[in-house]
Amino acid sequence: MTDALLSIEHLEFRWPREREPVLDELNLSLSQAETVFLAGASGSGKSTLLALIGGLMVPTAGSIRLADQALETLGGAARDRLRADHVGIIFQQLNLLPWLDAFGNVRLGVRFSKRRRARVDDVDAAARQLLEAMELPASHWHRPANQLSIGQQQRVAAARALIGAPDLILADEPTSALDADRRDRFVELLFAQARAAGSAVLFVSHDRALAGRFDRQLELTALHRAGAAAC
Amino acid sequence: MLMQLARGSLVNRRWPVALTITTIAIAIALVVLVEQLRGQVREGFYRSVSGTDLIVGAPTAPVQLLLNTVFGLGDPNRNVSREAWQQIAADPRVAWTIPISLGDAWRGQRVIGTSSALFEHYRHGNRQPLAFAAGRAFEALDEVVVGAAVARRHGLTTGDELVLAHGSGNVSLHHHDDQPFVVSGVLAATGTPVDQSLYISLTAHRAIHRGWEQGVPPRRAPAADNRQRSLDADHDPHDHAAAHGNDAHAGHEHEDEDGHDHAADEDALPDQISAFYVGLNTRAAAFALQYEINRRDGEPLLAMLPGIALQELWRITAAAEGILRMVSALVVLAGLLGMLAALLSTLEERRREMAILRACGARPWQVSGLLVIEAALIVVLGMALGVALAAIGLWLAAPLLLDRLGIAVAFQPFEPWQWQVLATIAGTGILVALLPAAMAYRRTLSDGMQVRL
Repeated sequence: MTDALLSIEHLEFRWPREREPVLDELNLSLSQAETVFLAGASGSGKSTLLALIGGLMVPTAGSIRLADQALETLGGAARDRLRADHVGIIFQQLNLLPWLDAFGNVRLGVRFSKRRRARVDDVDAAARQLLEAMELPASHWHRPANQLSIGQQQRVAAARALIGAPDLILADEPTSALDADRRDRFVELLFAQARAAGSAVLFVSHDRALAGRFDRQLELTALHRAGAAAC
Repeated sequence: MLMQLARGSLVNRRWPVALTITTIAIAIALVVLVEQLRGQVREGFYRSVSGTDLIVGAPTAPVQLLLNTVFGLGDPNRNVSREAWQQIAADPRVAWTIPISLGDAWRGQRVIGTSSALFEHYRHGNRQPLAFAAGRAFEALDEVVVGAAVARRHGLTTGDELVLAHGSGNVSLHHHDDQPFVVSGVLAATGTPVDQSLYISLTAHRAIHRGWEQGVPPRRAPAADNRQRSLDADHDPHDHAAAHGNDAHAGHEHEDEDGHDHAADEDALPDQISAFYVGLNTRAAAFALQYEINRRDGEPLLAMLPGIALQELWRITAAAEGILRMVSALVVLAGLLGMLAALLSTLEERRREMAILRACGARPWQVSGLLVIEAALIVVLGMALGVALAAIGLWLAAPLLLDRLGIAVAFQPFEPWQWQVLATIAGTGILVALLPAAMAYRRTLSDGMQVRL
């Protein structure tokens, strides 16, 4: 599995002072540019898993290799750099800094990574191109983020995650606040741009209606022991 | 990069931020204003006595004599006899004396009886003599020289006539409507109480009083008759000592009720003056002469060195200044604590923003650094606004100070130690911001990406 972008082995995570682990013996791998749907109910540890992959938390046991680096061996600063360089993140909602306009929020995606900035010739041009591709009307580009609709905000968040072509997009229930039509369109646009950028997508959702569009579908509970026990 | 984000964040929270900036600005304005006024009032006081070695008056507190004579605050309640003045003026160590007769006012401005020695010998500021912006010194009995501020305020120029009254209040019980004086000269501005005064000859000063004492206005004729005559007061007091040394003017001018027609001899010097300034040939003699005058037999007198009296005054005011400084320091502290409260109150709402920044790859120190940069911007803006407010405050206070003390104040560039104080305040502000920054740092680490909404 040398071509794996992400490989997780025997992962365990336990909150301090709690006896039961949230995640236990979890194994998962993702190839370059692969799209994976990970289904899981809320509270099943989805967000914890994404935070571990993003290097925002440290596993209590096991290993996470992302872009040929073992996260558990890296210090905080190195994990932050790895995340900035290789990962784009989309939250469920309230993704944007409210005081920046849509454009500024997209630019934020390359602000903390030299590597991702180096991948685009012109940050402004890349931001414009992504906002266009995500079908945000140009008249909205310079509106403060909190004046955009939820659907528009999610598209801006996707553009921010995609700018600078990171290797992996982590999406944590990005469509749960959208109605069905807009949800489908969002996923279509996200996929198109991820494909263009060569980014893999790990899409976590409880909404299995979307699952068919992905290269692979996984159940979080099936990936690890704690999940199986919970069922 | 962080700077742009900090600016955006501040603009987003513009109203609470504006309030915080205003609080700090008011605190800084107070500090700056107090320092500016303190320094300039002191300098203004020193400027007013820069060439005077001794001031001699009737016994009282040195500070009181100084305030009475130079700064026109209050009137002395006792006088100095002409004989004593002329004796001291005759001392070989004395280069010049300037007599001062107080107690008159015109529209609230002091009318001082003096001699032409004032225009020759008085020094102000950096030892500059008085200069005439227009006209010349008084020569005739009914001529008056007006200070720059008096001339400006009342639109006086040479040749204008004005009527002088007895008493130094704005409200005078008795106006000498029939004694118009003619403005013979207007002094150039000095930035000292001289600008706020009118000067007439000792003899004219006495003549006003004569009329007042008699309860009826004196005839106008003598003043007019004598207009061409040069006044004795224009000569050096040494001459008077010779010419009038044995003059038998009896008693206090205010007790002078013997019914003589004094209007006929108004060329005579008054028997008493309020005080006189002394210039010495060598300044080193000041202490010895002061000692001798204070120990003199006969009429008791007080001689004091203006510089030392001023230092005494500063000692008196130092306690008040200390309190004022402490109050301004506390106000600055309150301003900074206000900023701390404002920053702490935003921490909760910033949690989401911090998580977003973290997700975009920001390090924890960058997230907390944002708070420090915001605090620094608030402090710097507050300080800039505060200095501007102080400048405006000084500009507003200037006419009042000019009016009350005759001291001109203007915004002065900061001295190095004042810059240090401002830098210390800025540094304290940034230190204060380290608390919310540290809290933000810890939270970003523990929150990770999970933000409970």
